[in-house]
Amino acid sequence: MLQIYCPYCREMREEEEFSYSGEAHIKRPDNPEALSDEEWGDYLFFRKNPRGLHCEMWQHTVACRRYFNVVRDTVSYEIHETYPIGSQPSKMTDAALGSTD
Amino acid sequence: MQPNRLDQGGLIDRGRPLQFTFNGTAYLGYQGDTLASALLANGVKLVARSFKYGRPRGIVGFGAEEPNAIIQLGRGGETVPNLRATQVELYDGLEACSVSGWPSLDLDLTSLFGLVGRLLPPGFYYKTFMWPRRFWMAYEHFIRKAAGLGKAPDTADPDIYDKLHQHCDVLVVGGGVAGIQAARAAANAGARVIILDEQTQLGGMLLASHSEVNGMPALDWVAGQISELQGHARVTVLTRTTAFGYFDHNFVAAVERRTDHLGLSATSASRQRLHRIRARQVILASGAIERPLVFANNDLPGVMLASAVQAYLNRWAVAPGRRLLLVTNNDSAYQAALDWQTAGREVVAVLDTRPGSNGSLPKAAEAANIKVYRGYGLVEAKGGKAVAGARIASLSADGQSITGAIQELECDLIASSGGWSPVVHLSSHTGNKPRWDDEKGAFVPGNSLQNFLAVGASNGEWNLKACISQGYLAGQAAARAGGFDSVDLESPVVNIKETIESAQQAVFLLPHEMPTSRAPKQFVDQQLDVTAAAIELAAREGYQSIEHTKRYTALGFGTDQGKLGNINGMAILANALGKSIADTGTTVFRPAYTPTTFGAIAGRDVGELLDPERYTAMHRWHERHGAKWENVGQWKRPWYYPQAGETMLEAVNRECLAVRNSAGMLDASTLGKIDIQGPDAAEFITRIYSNSFLKLEPGRCRYGLMLKEDGMIFDDGVTACLGDNHYLMFTTTGGAAAVLSWLELWAQTEWPELQVYFTSVTDHWATTTVSGPKARQVLERLGTDIDLTPAEFKFMDWRAGTVAGLAARVFRISFTGELTYEINVPAHFGRYIWEAVYAAGKEFDITPYGTEAMHVLRAEKGFIICGQDTDGSMTPDDMNMGWAVNRNKAFSFIGKRSLERSDTTKGNRKQLVGLRTQDAATVLPEGAQIVNSLNETIPMRMQGHVTSSYFSPILGHSIALAVVKAGLSRMGDTVYCPLADGQTVAAKIVPSVFYDPSGERQNV
Ligand SMILES: [Zn+2]
Repeated sequence: MLQIYCPYCREMREEEEFSYSGEAHIKRPDNPEALSDEEWGDYLFFRKNPRGLHCEMWQHTVACRRYFNVVRDTVSYEIHETYPIGSQPSKMTDAALGSTD
Repeated sequence: MQPNRLDQGGLIDRGRPLQFTFNGTAYLGYQGDTLASALLANGVKLVARSFKYGRPRGIVGFGAEEPNAIIQLGRGGETVPNLRATQVELYDGLEACSVSGWPSLDLDLTSLFGLVGRLLPPGFYYKTFMWPRRFWMAYEHFIRKAAGLGKAPDTADPDIYDKLHQHCDVLVVGGGVAGIQAARAAANAGARVIILDEQTQLGGMLLASHSEVNGMPALDWVAGQISELQGHARVTVLTRTTAFGYFDHNFVAAVERRTDHLGLSATSASRQRLHRIRARQVILASGAIERPLVFANNDLPGVMLASAVQAYLNRWAVAPGRRLLLVTNNDSAYQAALDWQTAGREVVAVLDTRPGSNGSLPKAAEAANIKVYRGYGLVEAKGGKAVAGARIASLSADGQSITGAIQELECDLIASSGGWSPVVHLSSHTGNKPRWDDEKGAFVPGNSLQNFLAVGASNGEWNLKACISQGYLAGQAAARAGGFDSVDLESPVVNIKETIESAQQAVFLLPHEMPTSRAPKQFVDQQLDVTAAAIELAAREGYQSIEHTKRYTALGFGTDQGKLGNINGMAILANALGKSIADTGTTVFRPAYTPTTFGAIAGRDVGELLDPERYTAMHRWHERHGAKWENVGQWKRPWYYPQAGETMLEAVNRECLAVRNSAGMLDASTLGKIDIQGPDAAEFITRIYSNSFLKLEPGRCRYGLMLKEDGMIFDDGVTACLGDNHYLMFTTTGGAAAVLSWLELWAQTEWPELQVYFTSVTDHWATTTVSGPKARQVLERLGTDIDLTPAEFKFMDWRAGTVAGLAARVFRISFTGELTYEINVPAHFGRYIWEAVYAAGKEFDITPYGTEAMHVLRAEKGFIICGQDTDGSMTPDDMNMGWAVNRNKAFSFIGKRSLERSDTTKGNRKQLVGLRTQDAATVLPEGAQIVNSLNETIPMRMQGHVTSSYFSPILGHSIALAVVKAGLSRMGDTVYCPLADGQTVAAKIVPSVFYDPSGERQNV
């Protein structure tokens, strides 16, 4: 079971307080109607599945209810950092981060 | 009379005899015994019949490694299966039996065993179960009977189990000498320490040996340190506690057996405790398990580990035989022979596979006139149901082949030692790959992925003095890593007699004069009857990976996880493949280290506490009026209210007709309610819902569909404008939590510039729904200052006012198609307003109705229920609800773009329609599949399925909602539902609104 630092509550808390919410840094297209089916499908359905560092969103469901980002290693499950929505991780390379908002 | 009990010695209390039974026979043991030591003291050799071949089996080990003596303890609700007799502490009145499924241990079923042997070759599961499939049932029955997996309790467990959430700076797993030093060092540096051990007391291997430290018995030497730990304010000492799983982020689960040693019914508090430990640093000091050597007939009762013989002698004063033959590839096992001789028993000989050894122990053995055969192997054990002798032969220098003539020796006990295997199970749980160390002849923990240190024998360190200093240094290092400045106490000064130890030999399978495939069986994994021949066969059949071989042969699949067999199996495979052990690798150990009771894992979360139940303010009224319950999420909702003698169908019909003909009342408090405020609230709701709320005025309500970004319906409900920048959103009962998270997701991550705030108010309001043609009169009788005239309070309006003397919000929305008022009051007044409505409606025979009648009434109207008529793959158009989608909104609302995808616009999507069965009384089962023609060959092409189906009392016939491919363009077609019972129901496709299609009744 993971232990996660909530950047809003500023405490390490048990995983059961949180809900996983998928890959982070996926920006909704500004003008969906301008996209082809394929481009829209990329946004809708395609997600990274890295062996290694992964940026993902979690919600602190039973406490402050804030969404935030986590950099987690999908092999060791080590959490490298957590940071608020709208900011960037300090340790990720651009290649691992992909498109950003 | 305990024939194998020594007159003196051991950590047992001869003044406290204990009675027990095993397989129905009564025996005596002593306080301090385990079930295994007491059985051996009584000369019981046969304790099990093996899984595949039904061969007689005896006790091999003395702890968690035991593969054979797997027993069922007690009976009834407290019975426990799959315990190792070696770890069951004896108590007065203990009852145990073998879990083996064979009728009797002593019954000779040789002919049947032969049959089983042929039925169960290696790879049996894959070779045999695949074909012919019809035999599977027979195999399964037979195997389950043969496997003897123990019996589950036949009544509920009466005992209490607890969970404790523990936090510490340093967790030490294992209370042997290394663990004790680690705990002392860490605690002295200021860290909070938990040290745990699965045994009755700390001390580890010292409990079973005669080592000396500083001129005194080692056990006496650590006794002072143990009491120091027990008195230390920062140290928690847990004995009888097994750390069975090591999970992410240094989370360790351990089960403490608090009363099991007192008897199954001795519980005064909790029987077991689950410790959920989060540790900054973990020190693994879990010791090592001796490996047996593999030779022909090595499964005969009377073949044991050398360390087990030593432990039974020293700890329990039991000599499990008269004449010992020891076979070893290393020095350490000689101690067992020396102790055996000291106990006054005969050592027939020591067979050492090595040509020579300069070690201190072999020299001591020869000095004690023990006959040592250097360069010899044990070829085959002889005997019927127990060891009677052995065939031995001289070996080549590498120990791999026989060089001399076979000789025979008589003995009744064979002890073997193939070296030691560190207990790397817990470190493996973290994903750590064990590394083969040639010099140590063992797998040791590899590079750490988590904050743990492995010390002592669990790290491949066999020397007592080195274990002591390694443990102490690890404790200091862990404390320092946890932020505690070590006061740098010096490592304890110890004076231990220096000994010389010669290297062990890399011998695992002792050679036989016949090839392995033809020799008598040489067992690698005794619990699952895996032989050396089976592993070699797997290699010949092309298996190269140890993980595949494990699955093919079932090596290590038993409840013991192959604690004794795995390394030998890997070595035999490596040899067969011509590879090194390092290149062959090891399999992954997974939790639990030893079987753990469901009781401990469940704790108090059983019965009523399994899951919270949510009650509305009116719950007790429903209960008193005989409601049957439907579980909706965690909510208890009245399902229907049967009157005396009524069937469910009669009750539901009565409730439905009351709503259609007069008035009914429903507790709708469970619907999700989200209060939404802020200057951008309307904009936000309009982005989230399929339709627009920008022009919704205070006092008005609007129905909306909530889509996921893929265009599929996710939730629905009515949203009311309460005032400027203030809205109340109703969600489905089951969807409330998910909808709130969904709103927060978009507000926080995508549109943080919108000023909008959400508060769940589901529990703050109680909702009494009054529905039916007499609803207005009921409200008038109830007394309200709200103007109820239709022109002033229209359908889809809401009004604030006083109802029955209470401040209330009344919503004119309808899920039945009848004139309906939903009266919302603060939850504290819920029961009051409910009873007031019931009293005011008396003259109209107002009828409480439950969720079942609600479902029938809404289905008559063709109203969907999200999650019943939709399943996450339905668009608004699929549900024939395009009217609820506003495609002209400025903002491209969530899901809109997906409604134009080629897949969502294609012609043959499943669409919501009604079904009328040919026979009006037949009610289709929900979930029934729909086909076009009965003349199609199987498999028929499925056209869709029934989503909702009821008998409609107002219409006098059955009704069903269904999703059918292109159904909206197939009105009048006949389709067929083939049912599981072989019957087929014919039905006609009709519009999904069965009753009052123009909607006049709700709009009066
Ligand atoms: Zn938080």
